[in-house]
Formats: sequence, C-alpha cells, structure tokens
Amino acid sequence: MLAKRIIPCLDVRNGQVTKGVKFAGNADIGDPVAMARHYYEQGADELVFYDITASNERRGIMLEVVSRVAREIFIPFSVGGGLRTLEDMRAVLLAGAEKVSIDSGAVRDPKIISEGARAFGSQCIVLSMQVQKTGVRPGLESGYEVVIDGGRVFTGRDAIAWAHEGARLGAGELVINSIDRDGTKAGYDLEVTRRISESVSIPVVASGGAGAPEHLRDAFMAGAADAAIVASIVHFGEYPIPELKRYLKAAGVEVRDAIQLEVEAR
Amino acid sequence: MIVIVDYRAGNLTSVKRALEFLGHQCEITDDADKIRAAERVILPGVGAAGATMENLRALGLAEVLRRDVAAARKPFLGVCIGIQVLFDRSEEDSADCLGVIPGHVTRYPASIDGRALKVPQIGWNRVRQTRAHPIFSGVPDNTHFYFVNSYYPLPADPEVVIAESDYGVQFVAAVASGRVIATQFHLEKSGAAGLKLLDNFCRLTF
Repeated sequence: MLAKRIIPCLDVRNGQVTKGVKFAGNADIGDPVAMARHYYEQGADELVFYDITASNERRGIMLEVVSRVAREIFIPFSVGGGLRTLEDMRAVLLAGAEKVSIDSGAVRDPKIISEGARAFGSQCIVLSMQVQKTGVRPGLESGYEVVIDGGRVFTGRDAIAWAHEGARLGAGELVINSIDRDGTKAGYDLEVTRRISESVSIPVVASGGAGAPEHLRDAFMAGAADAAIVASIVHFGEYPIPELKRYLKAAGVEVRDAIQLEVEAR
Repeated sequence: MIVIVDYRAGNLTSVKRALEFLGHQCEITDDADKIRAAERVILPGVGAAGATMENLRALGLAEVLRRDVAAARKPFLGVCIGIQVLFDRSEEDSADCLGVIPGHVTRYPASIDGRALKVPQIGWNRVRQTRAHPIFSGVPDNTHFYFVNSYYPLPADPEVVIAESDYGVQFVAAVASGRVIATQFHLEKSGAAGLKLLDNFCRLTF
C-alpha cells in the first residue's frame, strides 16, 4: 500500500524561505538548502518550492537554489511559481527538480499542461490550484472558485471542473490549496479535497490550513488526499515531521518510516 | 568507470548527482565504446517504453546493451524504465524490448474490486525482499522506496524476482539475473535507502 506523503512547502523569495499568511506579510525564515536538508533528514517524503520573487532576476536565483538542493537531497521535489513556458519547465527540471508545479499560468493558457505532459511526461506536471469557497451560482456548481495571481484575481471558473480539465489535459497530480485556510492553522478544506480526489484518477495533494497532527489525519481519511502540504506547522518547530508520522501511524494512516542508514557523502 | 546510458531521457542527471554524492566517478554517455569499456553500466530514466526503445535503437545502443553488456556479463543496473525494457516486450506502446530477461511488462488494472486505482502509482511503497540479494545489503525488509509507474514486469521465470510490492495487485519491484539487476523504484529519489542500493551496486563483486 502506498504511504500517505507529507510535503513541506518552502516559499522562496530572493533566495530565502519566507512564510506568509494569506499571501501577505511574509517574513524571511531561512536558507532553502539548509531547510531542505533538515526536512530530508527528518523524513519528509517530498518537498515543494514556490518561487514568490517578484523581480526579473528571479529565474536565475531560483535555478541556483534548485541545483544546490538537488545535490544534497535525494527525495522528489517540485518547483513552482511563475512557470509559463516549456522552456521555464525544462530549466527547472534540468536543474534537478522532479516535478514542476504550474498554477496561474495554466489557467491563462491550459495547453501548457498538455504540452508539458507530452514533453516531460505527466508524472512531471503538477497542476496547483488556489481555490476559494465563493458560493454556488450558475457556472460555479461546486461553490468553489479558482483564484489566481496569489489570491488576487477571481476567475469565475469552477474548481472541480478545472481539476477534471487539468487531469484530462495530462496533469499527473493536483494540489488543492484553499485560500480560505492558507496560513490559518484551522485545518484543510476537506470537502473540496475529497470531492476532487474521489472524482479524478490522479493523486490529489491537500494544501492550506495544517495546524495540528489531526488535520493531516483528516486530510488523508475524510479528505481522501494522497499527500498533504505542510508549512507553518513544521517551519516553526511546533511539530517535527517524525512526531507527525508517529501520530498518523497510531491513527491508522500508512506512512513511510524514514530510516537512517550508513550512507555518507564521501 | 561507471557509465549512465544517455538515451535522451529525463532524470539521468539526478542519478549522476546521487552517485557523485556517494563519491563514485561516473559519466553520462551515448558512446558505444565507452559503454563497452565501462566497469559498470546504469540505465535509469523516466519515459515510455516505445520512445525509450526507439532512442536506444536509433543511437545503436540496444544491441550494445544486449551483446556487450548483458551477454558479456558486465554489471548492469536498470532503474524504472530501465527494468521494463529488459524484458521481451511491453504493453506500453506495444514495444519490442531488449529481451535480456524473458517475460513482458503489463499495466496496472484501472480498478480493483470496483474501486478505481490511481494510475500511475506515484509515491512511497513498501518493498518486500523475497530473496536475499547483496544489492539490498544493509537495507531492512519492507523499507519504503519511491515509485512512479503505470506498468510493471511479469518475468517468465519467478527465480529472477528479488523483491515485490503491492499496489492493488502484488507486483514485481526488483529482479536480478546474473550481473543484471533492476528495480522498478527510483533509487535516486528514495532517500537513504535508495542511495544505499546505488552504493551497493557500485561496490558489488561477482
């Protein structure tokens, strides 16, 4: 049986990890390579880096971070933030990322999903979607709306319909990030996560709102998620990953036991 | 020298980085002479069986792997698509493969007992070591490894199976036949356990 994955998320701005609440008020909290190594050693199952740098020099800075991370950690990691073209994706994959995460760019230009899947394989293409509960209305049957550009622009697009469209176009995985829950520590949005996970044939990753170990349990059980993204809950040392895994294991969730072996860099 | 076979697939460099982290010299190459001269050969990668075989043939490397590596008893490690192309054929793209190990490669079922199975399998799964093999030296039984696959091998001879796992169905996760060893899981992305297997391969004496 496949283990449920815990995925620490590192928002990187100008080469430094930051953590914000509802996309505002970011504070630098650390060096991405050191943090990646820390989570790797703690038994994180995967990592995700979002580049939130606003400047034009962003690409170079982030690629340097990616290639340094890739030399030190040997678990999958994905990179997102501002990827719009096949060339953007190729650069990140060549620098050592296992997957690319596309978001607003895919909403504006959905064929980037199918082109990316064709060029690099579906397993490389993660469609990340920011969703907000804005209420059921015509054309928004689920009541969940896709939001882009860091939560600023409402698209009028139904989140569940977009998830299906993304899967059909060739995304290998979906990240469902709840804007309502992001940074709140109030728990994941289980309803939208479950509704999407149970209706697509690709893995679904819950994101936004983790504040306690039971929130992860709920994402995996009630939310039917295959993986869960964590940020504040691990960044500030409240719940180290081994403690989260012990809790989940006791709650009957299949998790990966991180093992220590005598393998040293020489 | 350890060579990583370059057949224009993704993630060749991640295997190189893992080997370098472990302190093993290696080179990514499509040069048949370098592959013939190598001490050990690794065929990693992600991709589809059809495209992989097309590229190996176009580069003249299919025959090199068959004759100068497998038949010449050179230590060989296949990873992910590198295990699948060792068999006679794959259901993926109806590809004729290398035929180094008898058998074929099949796809996971779309559903098990009426419940949909998510394909590809993406994530960490437990690997049961069904037969003692030095490639697993120092790695506990039932350790998790990282998989990304829609297809898995069905060897004709059960004796080649050294590890299994479960994803809806019980499936073959690793095989060994003489000096040919191959895993369905990604050694370069499986944390310390994956690094240990890579290190074991680089040090194996036959």
